[in-house]
Amino acid sequence: MQFMLLFSRQGKLRLQKWYVPQADKEKKKITRELVQTVLARKPKMCSFLEWRDLKVVYKRYASLYFCCAIEDQDNELITLEIIHRYVELLDKYFGSVCELDIIFNFEKAYFILDEFLLGGEAQETSKKNVLKAIEQADLLQESETTFASSCVKLIL
Amino acid sequence: MSDVVEKTLSALPSLLSLDSNAGAGKLSSTSKLGNLIRGITELTSKHDEEKLIKKELAAIKEQVASPNTTMRQMKEIMVRAIYCEMLGYQASVSYIHAIKLAQQGSVLEKRLGYLAVSLFLNESDEFLLLLVNTVLKDLQSTNLNEVCMALTAVSQMFPKDMIPAILPIVEEKLTHPKEVIRRKAVLALYKFYLIAPNQVQHIHSKFRKALCDKDPGVMTASLHIYLQLVKESPESYKDLTVSFVTILRQVVGGKLPMDFNYHSVPAPWLQIQLLRILAYLGKEDQGTSEMMYDVLEESLRRAEMNHNITYAILYECVKSIYTVYPKAELLEKAAKCIGNFVLSPKINLKYLGLKALTYVVAQDPNLALPHQMTIIECLDHSDIIIKRATLELLFRITNAQNVTVIVEKMLEFLRQSSNDYSTVDLVGKVAELAEKYPFIKQDPLNLCNGMQPDIPNNFLRLLAEGFDSVEEDRQLRLFAVDSYVLLLQGETASLPQCFLQVISWVRTKVPIGLFPELSRYIFPSILLIFSYYIFSYYDVVLMFSFEYFGSLDTVLRQRAHELMILSQDAGLRGRVLSAEGRLEHVDSSLSFLDGHVSEALAAGAAPYKPPHQRQEELAHEKALSLEPYGLSLPVSLSTCSITDRLTDRQSPTRLSISSSVSGNSTELSLKGGSTTLKLDGVKRVWGKEGYLVQQPKEVVEETPLPPTELPSPLGSFQSPVSQTQTASPGPEPDQERQQLASSLFVGVGTHHSVCLMGRTEAAPQRFRRKPKGTGSSSGTSEHSSNSSHSSSGTAAGNTLDSTTAATGQQISQHALGHPPVNGNPIVETPGPLPPVRDGGVAAEIPTGHTDSGTLADPNEDPVPVRPRDLPLISHLPAELSGLARSKLTTLCPGPDPGLALSSCRVYKEDALVLVVFVSNNSDSTLHRVALRFTSKQLEVLFQTNTTFPIRFSENLPLTVSTGEYGKMWLSFSHDVKQNLRLITAGDQSPLTATLDTLRDRLHLHVVDIIGSEGIVACRLLRGQPCLLHCRVHADSLAVWLRSPIPEFPDSLLYHCQKALAEA
Repeated sequence: MQFMLLFSRQGKLRLQKWYVPQADKEKKKITRELVQTVLARKPKMCSFLEWRDLKVVYKRYASLYFCCAIEDQDNELITLEIIHRYVELLDKYFGSVCELDIIFNFEKAYFILDEFLLGGEAQETSKKNVLKAIEQADLLQESETTFASSCVKLIL
Repeated sequence: MSDVVEKTLSALPSLLSLDSNAGAGKLSSTSKLGNLIRGITELTSKHDEEKLIKKELAAIKEQVASPNTTMRQMKEIMVRAIYCEMLGYQASVSYIHAIKLAQQGSVLEKRLGYLAVSLFLNESDEFLLLLVNTVLKDLQSTNLNEVCMALTAVSQMFPKDMIPAILPIVEEKLTHPKEVIRRKAVLALYKFYLIAPNQVQHIHSKFRKALCDKDPGVMTASLHIYLQLVKESPESYKDLTVSFVTILRQVVGGKLPMDFNYHSVPAPWLQIQLLRILAYLGKEDQGTSEMMYDVLEESLRRAEMNHNITYAILYECVKSIYTVYPKAELLEKAAKCIGNFVLSPKINLKYLGLKALTYVVAQDPNLALPHQMTIIECLDHSDIIIKRATLELLFRITNAQNVTVIVEKMLEFLRQSSNDYSTVDLVGKVAELAEKYPFIKQDPLNLCNGMQPDIPNNFLRLLAEGFDSVEEDRQLRLFAVDSYVLLLQGETASLPQCFLQVISWVRTKVPIGLFPELSRYIFPSILLIFSYYIFSYYDVVLMFSFEYFGSLDTVLRQRAHELMILSQDAGLRGRVLSAEGRLEHVDSSLSFLDGHVSEALAAGAAPYKPPHQRQEELAHEKALSLEPYGLSLPVSLSTCSITDRLTDRQSPTRLSISSSVSGNSTELSLKGGSTTLKLDGVKRVWGKEGYLVQQPKEVVEETPLPPTELPSPLGSFQSPVSQTQTASPGPEPDQERQQLASSLFVGVGTHHSVCLMGRTEAAPQRFRRKPKGTGSSSGTSEHSSNSSHSSSGTAAGNTLDSTTAATGQQISQHALGHPPVNGNPIVETPGPLPPVRDGGVAAEIPTGHTDSGTLADPNEDPVPVRPRDLPLISHLPAELSGLARSKLTTLCPGPDPGLALSSCRVYKEDALVLVVFVSNNSDSTLHRVALRFTSKQLEVLFQTNTTFPIRFSENLPLTVSTGEYGKMWLSFSHDVKQNLRLITAGDQSPLTATLDTLRDRLHLHVVDIIGSEGIVACRLLRGQPCLLHCRVHADSLAVWLRSPIPEFPDSLLYHCQKALAEA
């Protein structure tokens, strides 16, 4: 996978992950072009696009578009399922996810994505494992906070 | 689940638009990020957003610089910085702090620090070097989370040069007790392999260990590396085939933990990865492929059609089956499976079905046949992506019989397409087809005319690339040049640029001496262009001529010389122009002789007149006139009997039309017999329903012929698609589709070696229909046909009057040689008609069409030109030339000696093809030919109006008075305004000096100069005027041009600019 973009129906970018290095200018250009292209497509149309020399797979979940660019050899359908799995993960993590969750907690969405896809490849396809990893990290954060505060208490 | 998401997400916009922060407030009502996000959401204009972000960034900058900012606050700042970056604003000031956060923060801050780094920085960023130590430290940390974070960061980006520093530690992690660490380590190594393959060469054995890892997750991760490795050198990993096969078998058999199931499909990602690896391993290797047949079949069988994910696996599986060494049984199953895709109502599957078919047809085009109708439907699909995929599929099933239709479809798409990438790709494909099937070469030409300006340029680029290869066949080269010249004529507006481009292209790409052969093809055409624009490109002409003076090739040398003289001698030019009225009529370059000369030279025939001799002659005559050229023509004709294509192009255009007439009997030729089929006055009496009542239909066909000066009469080509489509009088859409299907899939999957006529797929199609309709009950049937041809030349400038006696005689010779024989129609007994070869094709042939009284559409096949010294018969399409045929019969000598109609029948295995030649025997150009077929069976209806491009040859001074100028000015509609450079000359005013320059260089007529304004007029050779109104404005000259022709002002303006630039 080359990159993944999440954007709203209004064309606002919500998440971007680039697995192949691109210059900032190029990123902006690609994003703009792709958002335009995808938004212009009608709902009944094919989820796959041939765009430049890449294949773009997109899917709309409510007001949010999930859009991945893959290489020629890659499987479009499985990419569609990757998107779906990611949405499932978000849903499980946030508990019925909505766009607001992603807007306000985008860093969490990034963490989940990093646990699921690494370097553009599906790293862990087991939903349970991904969530376990995320929760572990989250737990650790919390425990550390309590640990720190208890330390403070001890010192005082 | 997705339903739930959809429900919640759909409630979102209303929440967002509400001023209250009911939804958002719950999430983070107090955080600064929350405020920022809400602030942005409430804003309506981009400008406000910019202002707000600027403020935010300033605040971030201030905060990060402050020594009092804690790491915890820093984390919060980073999140805001990430948000700003996402909106497209650079928060570069925070980059270094992101690294710092990753370095110094506690685990929870570190995590965000790493995330920020991975989002902010690029692989090449120098900041990344600062991260190396942090990564190194974290990798060695005892905290698993820190190790995970470091590995995650490394797998996303790492400076290439620093890999050795951390490689040993990452390797060590491969044996870590925790599978998550092992998995991330494998992926980190995968990343290293991608960015620096040679750095990880020595640890290939460790990859094997990872492959055998007891955790499926780690094993899956290792497959990424293996896919890459196998892709690069399948040979080195053949030994692993068994392992991969075993893994796949286990996965398919459901041996993995339930965790890995996705919608009750066992580890689909793993399956797909394995299938891809197997495809690479088994490619062109029978032995290896045999090992995997079983498992491939099993995956195909196991994947039940119920969910997208199974389709994904099936698709990959089919791809693999068609990539590995073929096994018939398996291929069949896979093809069946693809059928489900294609027939699926789901558009995504349909698309993939089409894509899969492109793999499938590579093995066996037959397999596309069952899906003909779907493919046709997809061709008209509203989604351009589907359309594109369909064209791709059609491209793969191209054969000599359907290529024209397919190319036509591609061109149709090209005309609508706005996507650069697919345009270039498709133009390339068209060019490829044109190369493969030279007889369709005229087609891409039509396409370029009247298309977006960038397409011709792309086309040029492709042609130029094509020229790099020496072994290109000469036809294509010729075609390239031809098409380009035609393009130039069509694209008046962008012409100068194109023109210069082509020159530079020729000069760089075709060094003299390297490709003498090639130069010889190109030169005439180039000169032809030069001769149009000779006056405006004086310097270029000179340069070009000089270059070719040095050529060893006498032909080129002479050509260059002539051009030079013509460009230098204004008097001569005037004579040439006045003599003909149009420069094009004088083939000043004598390029039409090129072929003769080269052929003659090659054959060691009569020596060519050396240039110096010619020069002497010219010195005597002081001018090069039309006369010597006219005389020289027969001379060189007599010196060589063979003509090549170059002659072809330059000789007066002839149009030949071959019609395929269908009948339910095949006829054998009675060679040399006197019983040739009499075509005049014989009616077609047999149809599907038996005897047909005659009800003549008149159909007018207009075939424009390009003028002589066109290097190739490509514009006249009529594609069969338009014929077949227009031919059917208002057929139902279904019929149309079936017809299209039959023309698209003709020849696909048949093992029939006889090529149908290249451009007449449609006719044979219909031909087959008939035997079907009659049920081949009549072994013997009478075939008769009636085509009464009347020809009339419609003059659009030049009429069809014959001008030379020499050519006039030629047709009479033909007439003598093959007098029309009037006799009874041949009745003969053919064997039983061959059964329709492939059910698919036959089934699609519309029978309703027959009911409407149309039995056959003669398929016009305009064999565009012929050299006058070759018999007409030699212009039979290549596919027909080998077949038995009747003698050539002159159909109507007619009152007009300039136009001759003759025909002959060609007996094909399953069709009788009536080839009608329409030839122009005069020297002048046919602009339009109206052909009318009066026959019940004929239903031809197509028209094409080729508009001839304006040739901007020369501006003639238009002498008008100021008053007349005023009147004309108001009546012209097309105007262009532009500022030009002023010329300053000694004592003259800048305006006068500039206008004088224009007058001298471009022959413009300066009507009047009043104060700081001046009016200038000129006209084209054909008489269309252009008026210029010039006004001195500051340092420049504001020019306003008006003309009745849209392109003229632009063109003139260009010339003015050029003239002024040179002055």
